[in-house]
Amino acid sequence: MSLFIAKRFATLVLTLVFTSAIVFTVMEILPGDPALLILGIDAPAEAVASLRSQLGLDRPPVERYLAWLGGIAAGEFGQSYTYQVPVWDLIGDRLAITLPLTLFAMVLAILAALAMGIYAAARHNRAGDLAVMTVSQVGISIPNFWLGILLISAFAVGLGWFSAGGFPGWGAGIGPALQALLLPAISLAVVQAAILARVTRSAMLEVMREDFVRTARAKGLSRRAVLWRHVVRNALIPVITITGLQFGFLLTGAIVVEQVFNLPGLGRLVFSAISDRDVEVVKNCVMLVAFLVIAINFAVDMLYAAIDPRLKAADA
Amino acid sequence: MAEAVAATRPGAAARRAWLARALRHPSFVAGGILTLLLVGVALLSLVWTPYEPTSMDLKARYAPVSWSHLLGTDRFGRDVLSNIMAGAQLSIAVGVVAVLIGVTLGSALGLWAAARKGWVEELVMRFSDFAFAFPAILSAIMITVILGPGAVNSILAIGIFNIPVFARLTRAAANSVWTREFVLAARAAGKGGFRITVEHVLPNILSVILVQATIQFAIAILAEAALSYLGIGSQPPQPSWGRMLNEAQLQMYKNAWLAIYPGIAIAVSVLGLNLLGDGLRDLTDPRLVRQR
Amino acid sequence: MNAAMSDDAPLLAVQDLTVTLRTPRGPAPAVRGLDFALRRGEKLGIVGESGCGKSMTALALMGLLPDGAAVTGRIGLEGQDLLALPEAALCRIRGNRIGMIFQEPMTSLNPLHRIGRQVAEPLRLHRGLDAGAARARAIELLDRVGIPDAARRADAYPHELSGGQRQRAMIALALSCDPAVLIADEPTTALDVTIQGQILDLIEDLVEERGMALILISHDLGVIGEVVDRVMVMYGGMAVERGPVDAVFDRLTHPYSQGLFAALPKLRQDRGAAARLRTIPGRVPELADLPAGCPFTPRCPIAEERCGVVPPPVVTVQAGHEAVCHRVERALEGVFGPGVRS
Repeated sequence: MSLFIAKRFATLVLTLVFTSAIVFTVMEILPGDPALLILGIDAPAEAVASLRSQLGLDRPPVERYLAWLGGIAAGEFGQSYTYQVPVWDLIGDRLAITLPLTLFAMVLAILAALAMGIYAAARHNRAGDLAVMTVSQVGISIPNFWLGILLISAFAVGLGWFSAGGFPGWGAGIGPALQALLLPAISLAVVQAAILARVTRSAMLEVMREDFVRTARAKGLSRRAVLWRHVVRNALIPVITITGLQFGFLLTGAIVVEQVFNLPGLGRLVFSAISDRDVEVVKNCVMLVAFLVIAINFAVDMLYAAIDPRLKAADA
Repeated sequence: MAEAVAATRPGAAARRAWLARALRHPSFVAGGILTLLLVGVALLSLVWTPYEPTSMDLKARYAPVSWSHLLGTDRFGRDVLSNIMAGAQLSIAVGVVAVLIGVTLGSALGLWAAARKGWVEELVMRFSDFAFAFPAILSAIMITVILGPGAVNSILAIGIFNIPVFARLTRAAANSVWTREFVLAARAAGKGGFRITVEHVLPNILSVILVQATIQFAIAILAEAALSYLGIGSQPPQPSWGRMLNEAQLQMYKNAWLAIYPGIAIAVSVLGLNLLGDGLRDLTDPRLVRQR
Repeated sequence: MNAAMSDDAPLLAVQDLTVTLRTPRGPAPAVRGLDFALRRGEKLGIVGESGCGKSMTALALMGLLPDGAAVTGRIGLEGQDLLALPEAALCRIRGNRIGMIFQEPMTSLNPLHRIGRQVAEPLRLHRGLDAGAARARAIELLDRVGIPDAARRADAYPHELSGGQRQRAMIALALSCDPAVLIADEPTTALDVTIQGQILDLIEDLVEERGMALILISHDLGVIGEVVDRVMVMYGGMAVERGPVDAVFDRLTHPYSQGLFAALPKLRQDRGAAARLRTIPGRVPELADLPAGCPFTPRCPIAEERCGVVPPPVVTVQAGHEAVCHRVERALEGVFGPGVRS
């Protein structure tokens, strides 16, 4: 393991610990006693007290924090107060929708963005470039949940090609499941595609001014060959960075869009947990989302090192 | 906003030349017009809307577009145009406050980090790293759990999310100014970090911050709309574009148009601010650090 | 390439080459009516300050001028007029019949590709070699240009090589397909002084070994004098003086050439005394502002009224040595004060 990876990994762990401390503290200062919530306001004091000790609420915060961390490390996310089942059981099913939706949208966004960005850079300052820039400027401005509503009214209500929402479950087969995720993924992807297309274009234009591009032309490569063999890969570095940074928005965007399409994902779980004051569920969901964002950024750093040989040597 | 940028360049003639260039810049002009429209509508709605935004008229439910209701009415017979106009108030309020929170706290952190370097810089950067794990919606969810839903809390959430954005940007821009000759000269003259920051660094990075503020303003409008749509943002009776969309979705089979207008209002406001930001970026000194 | 061509026909013949750049201030003539010819094995030096049109000449030969540049005239290479060829045909010539070495070895190699692959790329493109054969040939080339342990270094990335090694790799790359003409644009400017000589020697050896024609572009008279047979001094997009390098250096005629020479630090002659670094007054003018007559007029100490108005004549100083100046007689007396001409 190179020093670069080790350093990044240390940062990852540190960030996670810091993040979990914040999440835990925020949930601590939350008013209301979970034991009272579970048993109801009228519950006898001894029952509340015994439940509190059963839930471990009578222990000092630091101890409970460490117990929570230890539980996460062991794959134990605690019990939901309202559902009385392990939180992980609740989260697992939901994640099986939210995560594929996010990744689906990410793939769509990256494909569209690369196509648009490379095209625009190749036709720099010509009509095609202007068209891509205009379309992306508009795309950035469209709220994803509004786009979702529009897609539903056009393709579900109007044309009847899709159902207006809901999810058949992965048991129904990949085809129907992906079909149910297609419109939500598109609503999520449009904004990201627009942002990434601009990043791709400007990264491409920047690389095209580099000396080694002239060297490649002097070798006898055509403009097109230089673009594909020498420019694109160099331009990918900033594109990957921004994709990583945007992942958090994509994931939280998925939580919003799930509401639009009535998908039983993480978003729905969080919002019902909020209204139920189910702290255990909210705490772990928030932590999970934060973890995913941090983990993706770590993965992006690793991807960098794979693309750019300079990183392995330098910096570390 | 244009004046703020121009003010960093001395000389009335230079300012006039800058303005002349700005008025020929298509993004800047288009963005400026759309943003002025947004502000104008919000201001107008403070003193006049065609109907009281919240007043219901059950006899005129789902009224079509007509001279008496230019954009029709919703399921309670509320005038859509009046609600759109009044909704602009909330969007602007959220944008302004959330950006102010981000700029004051975030830029202060960034300037401090650049001036002090060492552990301060490291601390600020780690803080922003970790804050990026909490996109606006996520921090809003946490804040809503504690404080309950509401416009003020969503502003707070979006503002907190803005802090690391500005901290990073400001630090990067300030660092590049700190290496310039005139700062070295000021240091050689024995000026302290605070004075150099105020006299030399800040004036040189104002335009970068301003451009980002415009962009974050647009993002704040989007985030507020999403939170209101989810029901954890502004609460009735405060008119809000996001909540209008939420209600419109329920009535999609009755009147699909109700979902169009608020969305257009959001998209046009965001587009205007983004164009304005792009234009400002082109028009202000291109040699300054551009942080993505 | 062209077997029918006789041996003494020029390999490269440039006639009336004019390059006009598009600038915010209007069209700017970067190269104005340049003529020169180059035979097989010949080494031509082009010297001048930055902005004199020497790099634009090189890029015009390569067909790699920036977008919006207009070029007229004729560039004959092995009997073909390059300016009349379509882009696809030019691609078959670049890197194949003409190779080019650039100034910045740091940035002229793709940082994400291994050295061997970059050197092999022209071979695969023009010679149709497969990956293995191209790699084997690339290693031979890297070895020839003096990169130690070439087989292993072929797998290195540019950032893992020193500046001098990178420039050696650039040379291997430019020579990979045995071009007829090699253009070296300031090949040693970005390198340490100790490395410069080695790189120049290497270029000279390779040119002689392969019978190529060389165009060496430099602002440095010392570099030019060491390598080339013939020299062309450029100013304002025009050749102001040219001839065999010994003849020209012996009787530097054009005031600009004398100025370039005077700007060289004379360590050897002025040792002990205060070493004077003479520079030509004024700056290279904006291309769009060049006068109608001699472009050097605004900076020339001996300029007369006609110099800026009437295009200067070509004057033969001695056989093969020409200067383009109205006041050759006066110039030969020395322009930048006594003690300048060696």
